[in-house]
Order: sequence, then C-alpha cells, then structure tokens
Amino acid sequence: MTTSAQQQSPLLDATGVAKNYGAVAALRNASLSVLPGEVHALMGANGAGKSTLVKILTGAIQANAGRILIRGEARDIRSPAAGRRAGLLPVYQEPSLIPDLDVLSNLRLTGTPVEPFRAWVRELGIADLDLRDTARDIPLAVLRVLDLARALAVEPDVLLLDEMTAALPANLAEKVLEVVRRQGDAGRAVIFISHRFVEISALCDRATVLRDGETVGVVDIVPGVEEKIVELMLGTRIVKTHVAARSAAEKAVSAPARPRIAVKDLRVGTKLNDVSFDLRDGEVAGVVALEGQGQDELFAALAGSIRPSGGTIEVDGNQAKFAHPIDAIRAGIAYVPGDRSEALAMQRSVRENIALPFSAALRNWGPINMRKERDTVLGAIKRLQIDTRAQGEVQRLSGGNQQKVTIARWIAADARTILCFDPTRGIDVGTKQEIYKLLRELAGHGKSVLFYTSELEEVQRVCDRVIVIFGGRLVDIFPVEEADEPALMRAAYGLPRGAKADVGILAAPNASEPGATP
Amino acid sequence: MSHFLRRQGWVVGLFALLIVLFIATRIIQPGYGSGDFGSLARAVLPYAFAVAAQTVVVIAGGIDLSVAAMMALTSVTAASMMAGASEEYALFVVPFVLAMGFVLGALNGLLIVVTRVPDIVVTLAMLFVLQGAALLVLDAPGGGAAEWLKALISGTVPIPGLPDAVDAWLPKALLVLIVCLCVIWIPLRRSRLGLSIYAIGSSELAAFRSGVPVKRTRIIAYALSGLFAAFGGLALTMSTGIGAPIPGPYLLASVAAVVLGGVALGGGKGGLLGPIVAVFVLRLVRTDLTLLAIDPNVTAIIEGLIMVAVVMFGAFITMRGRQ
Repeated sequence: MTTSAQQQSPLLDATGVAKNYGAVAALRNASLSVLPGEVHALMGANGAGKSTLVKILTGAIQANAGRILIRGEARDIRSPAAGRRAGLLPVYQEPSLIPDLDVLSNLRLTGTPVEPFRAWVRELGIADLDLRDTARDIPLAVLRVLDLARALAVEPDVLLLDEMTAALPANLAEKVLEVVRRQGDAGRAVIFISHRFVEISALCDRATVLRDGETVGVVDIVPGVEEKIVELMLGTRIVKTHVAARSAAEKAVSAPARPRIAVKDLRVGTKLNDVSFDLRDGEVAGVVALEGQGQDELFAALAGSIRPSGGTIEVDGNQAKFAHPIDAIRAGIAYVPGDRSEALAMQRSVRENIALPFSAALRNWGPINMRKERDTVLGAIKRLQIDTRAQGEVQRLSGGNQQKVTIARWIAADARTILCFDPTRGIDVGTKQEIYKLLRELAGHGKSVLFYTSELEEVQRVCDRVIVIFGGRLVDIFPVEEADEPALMRAAYGLPRGAKADVGILAAPNASEPGATP
Repeated sequence: MSHFLRRQGWVVGLFALLIVLFIATRIIQPGYGSGDFGSLARAVLPYAFAVAAQTVVVIAGGIDLSVAAMMALTSVTAASMMAGASEEYALFVVPFVLAMGFVLGALNGLLIVVTRVPDIVVTLAMLFVLQGAALLVLDAPGGGAAEWLKALISGTVPIPGLPDAVDAWLPKALLVLIVCLCVIWIPLRRSRLGLSIYAIGSSELAAFRSGVPVKRTRIIAYALSGLFAAFGGLALTMSTGIGAPIPGPYLLASVAAVVLGGVALGGGKGGLLGPIVAVFVLRLVRTDLTLLAIDPNVTAIIEGLIMVAVVMFGAFITMRGRQ
C-alpha cells in the first residue's frame, strides 16, 4: 500500500469513526482517506456500515468517536449544510430535490448557481430540461442526474455518490461515469459506492473495504482485484461449506410434476426485469441479492401488494393476477416481511394477531368460533414455541418472538407458500436457529418457501436452491451445494460464478466441493 | 401560459367561482352594491388573517389549532390596553400585540421542535392555555380601540382621478388586508426562508439533505402563524371596537379555507392567494344563503357540501390532467 499517490496529502481523511445505536455498534473503527484527483470506491457487504459512514461524513448523523479532516483541517460536520460548506457533497440514492418545488426553486434553496447547473445537465445527456418543471413530475432517473448536476455545479472538493448508476438507463449511466471520471482527472475527489464491479474497475483508483463496521483494507484497483475485495468483505470468517443434511424422505417430496409457483418474465417498473423461476412444493428457494436489487419488488408482486408491469405468475399451473394481497392469500401465498411492524397489530394480543388471517375474512362475518380459533392459535404457538409471557401486547415480545408470531399466523392459516423477506433481521441467534429449523420443517411437509436473506450464511443452512438477483435481473440459479459464502458473495456482486459444476439438488452432499472457488 | 395555468389553475378556478357567486348575489338581491361589498370585506378581514396564519403552518407540513385562541388573546390584550388610553398610545399597542403573537407562535414551534410532541397536541394544549389567558386579561367583552384604528377599516379608499362609482368598490378593509399580507408574504415567498418553509412541508428528509435548517424553519413558520393571528386579533378589535375573550369560529373556518384554497394538508403545496379567495367564497356563500332566508342550520350543511364537492372536483381534474 505504498503507492506514489500515498504521498499526497488527502482531501478527506476520516479515522477511527465509530457510531453506536444503543448497544449495537453500526461502526466500530472505520477510516477512509481520499486523495485529490482520485475516484475512491467504498465497499462492503450489507450491514458493513457503508451507509452509516456516508451519513456521518455528510453530516446527516453524528459520530460517537473519530476524527474527520478535510484538507488537513479538523471539521465537525454537524448538519448537511455544514457538510456543503466544508466542500463535501453527497448524491443519495433517493433524490433529494424537494418534490413540490420546481427545479429553479430547488436550485435557489441550496444556493446553486443556475448556469453551471444547466451546463452540467446538458453534459450529462439531458437536452430538454425546463427549469420550471416541478420535481415531482420529473422521472426518477432524470432526478438523480439533476441531483448530480446540482452537486457538480458548486464544484465540491469531495463528491459522494451512493449507488449513483443504480436507477439509470444505460445511456445516462455512461454519461455519468464519464463525468465522474473527469472529476477525478480535474483534481477533485469522488467517493463512489456501487455494487457493480464492472463500474468500479473501470472508474476507481482505490477501494476501501468495510466489514462489520471496521475498515479492513484499502486496495488499489488493478485487474483481478475483485477476488481480494470479496475476501476482505468476508474476512477471516470461517467459510462454511456445511450444507444442512437433508434426509432422503425430505428430498423425495421435491420432485413434483409442475411447480407450485412459476414466475415468467416478471417485470416491475424499472426495478425488476424479466425474472423467471419456479418454486416447487417442498423446497426452500433462497433469493440472494444486495440491497435494492429488485427483491423487494419481486416479493411485493408475489404477495399481491403491487401489480407487476409485465410477465406472468402461475400458481399450480393457473395464471394468477393479484389485485390485492387477499388474492395472493387465497392462492395460499403468505408474505412475512422483514419489518415486523408491517405485519403485526402491535398493540393487540398474540392470539388476535395469529388468528387475524383466518378469522377476519369478510365472508366470515358474524361470531367467531372461539374454541376453534383458540385451538388453532394454541397449536401454532406450541409448534413455534412462542414465549407467551407477554402475550397481551405483541409489541412487548422480543423481536424474535414477534417474528415467530408473523410466521405462526400463516401456519395457522395453513398457507402453502410462504414468502420470507429477511425474517431473521435483528433477532437473536437462538431464535434464528429455530426459524431455520421451522422453514426446513415446512418444506418437509410439502410447503414451499421463498426466502430472501441479507445474511449469506443463512442460505446454506436453509435453502435448497439459490436464486441470484442483480440489478433487477435474475442472473443465476444454482443448487445450494455450490453456494459457499465466497460463491454467494461473488454472485451477489454480479460476478460470474466460474465453471459451473454440474451438481443437481439430488446429488450426494459430498459433491458440494465449492465449485466457484478458482 | 400553460405553466401559469397549471400552477395557478386552482386559484383561477376559485376566482371564477367567486365571480359566479357575485353574479348570483346580484340576482338574488338586485340591490347588492358597494356598501354590501364593504361590509363583506370587513367581515372577511379577521377570517382572512386566521386563514393566512393557518396557511403558513400547513404549507410547512403542520397544523395550528391555536389560531382562534391566539386571535382572542391578542384582541383582548389590544382592547384592554387601549381602553381609555390616548390615541397615540395605540401606536405602541399595535406593534406590541403583533410581537406578542409572533413570540407566542414561536413558542408553539419551539415546543413542537424541542419536545417532539405532535403539532396537533401542542397547539391544542396552547389553544386551552391561550383561551384561559384571554379570560384572565378580560373576563367579559370590553375594552376599547383607538379611533384611528377603527377608521382604518371603515369606508373606502379615495383614489384621485377615479370616479366615485369605482372608488366605492375599494373598501379600506380590503386594502388593509392586501397591504398586510403582501408586505409579509411576497418578500417571504421570494426568500430562501419561504422556499425552506415549502421544502420542509414537501419532504422533510429532502429538505434536511438540501441543507435546510429544518427545526429553525419550523419555529419561524409557527411564529409567522402567530403574527398573522395577531393581525387577526387586531382586526377583530378594529371592527368591533372592543375585545372578546371567547374565541370565534375562526379555527375551523381557517382549516376549511386552507383546504378549499388548494393548499395540501400534507404540506408543501399551495399559496396564500387561494385560501384568501376561498374565504371570500365561503363568506359570500353564507351571505347568499342568508339572503335566501335559508335556515342557518341548513346553511352549515350546504357550506360543508360545497367544500367537499369543490375539493373532490379539484382532485378529479388533477387526476384527469395526470393521465
């Protein structure tokens, strides 16, 4: 790490940055040093602390510890306004133009000079922009470009781009990359957060890698560095090749004639494109994706809460059109969101929450059969071993028990397919294990589960197959035997999986030599 | 032109509605003339200021339930200070009362920002506090007002060179309203502060990220609301010559006019002109219904229906425009 560039004094130098949320440390010891004229990639797996670091650098939140030097001077960035004054400008993933103001007013609000802004907008490939247009009426992709142009117009020392190209069509993305590269050449610095290795290797000079809230390495971007970065992101964590042993009986279930759900060319706006896969009875299919690659839209479409803009969903061979979650539920498809508060009536009891899906249907108006309800609920509680000491109000249960309640209600309602969206988010290890076991059991009983998780190691523990989504497209499907953590990480970052070992689900577990490690 | 229509379409529509109502009034009561218009303007004055007060906070994404109580307190304070005092003393009373409104409004904002108690709760509590305070100042309608203040809103504006027939349609109350609102609103609208008020109402996160000091802006929005409410209180004292400690029907009327005036209750959208025109519309409807000798209870029902119908019609037009 003794490149010649290292001798220059850095534009931005953050060291020892830490941030705690209660007992949880989002950042422990993060550092980031950016030199003039450099495009610097900031990388890390989900939850590594990238976004926390970005928020601290731009003044959106305050760090508990650490030192931030800008041009060698210690700066205390207490608000986004202070960040701007310090010459540090972010472009966030969500557009930050005020939706109800026109573009011109937005420029005035931030004190952005209009002429440079116009010039940058043209440069970035948008020919016909009316400054009197209200931000709300401008398409998302253009808004992001306007955000960038607004940042460029004040000539910041350090430009911070968070997933800048994610929502852009190819032609705009190309222009953006070009402009970003030239920023670097002009002696300014750019911090570039992206999940796309292709962009990073084309654009960036160095990369800082975060893991578990700590900076674990700074690498020069040279051909072939991807492997090193993946290694750094994973760290010394023991790479488990352990695959949950499946009994022969379990396996036997999973060979039906037609799939339980067949998704074909599913499209949701610009977020999800032409995704096709099958979900069979008796299997747990894992969805592997970095944040915001379209998995939210995929689950929402399957759960009936948004309408896809194209493609078909077949349930048991019949084409299904979900206009409302009730349609999906009637088809036996239940959605367990990662955020429990989206699923539960927090002030109500465990019993009511579990009974809601099967007792509350409009056609069942009239008195509820209390005995039947109680029996069903008790059965589900017992099966999931929900701690019912605080059952009067769901909000008083621990996160893990809350998550169990959201799953229990669908077991009580006897849903045939369960869509689990990151169900183990923020819950303790013991409960996690129980949930893994439960999902396996459900599959053993012939149910099907679609399981998205942000923790890659869970994939090996729970899933039969892995579906990889990257940039709104399904890029790969492979059996879990090939899914060790490096393989999953590479897949999640859209890197090719290397030589595909020809191993099917039914192959013997000893064939699980990590096929993707070169 | 299309830009103007798209932005100001709602206000233009309201103006058209107002003109239709004037014509209807002339048909109902052929004798409806400049004098009646003058009294309409005087009657509208306190309502208009209440609406201005509400509009500012609603644009900033909040709500102020203490508007009417604030008007009552400022009104009785002004009336009790001016009772038996010299004419010149009123020159001191007016800025004092306005400052009081501003400070109390800022207090509203400060409580909301610091305690993070929802605005609806804070301003509701403030409603009771101010109501009580008003009764402490004057326990029954009373006090007085300087003659020059009263004269400020009665009669018409004599403009040299204009025929009396036209002059008669320019009541002083209308002029006072326009001047007071313009002096505060137009500079505000064009300043960064005004933009910031719209910004925090439209999207607090985006505003924060754009470098807007969200908390300070919110406090100022409530302070301006208090200032307008103090104008409203003064207008009450000016038109009646006394102060009344019990708040009038200005709170709900202000919310109604804000909605009718095209200001989104979610914040960030609309202007001041729409709600002010809406106040005229609502008062004129009431006048017409009274002229038609309709049961006052039915009048309230009709007012409610008109409001729902207009807002629904507006939403319908907007949706058609989007498609």
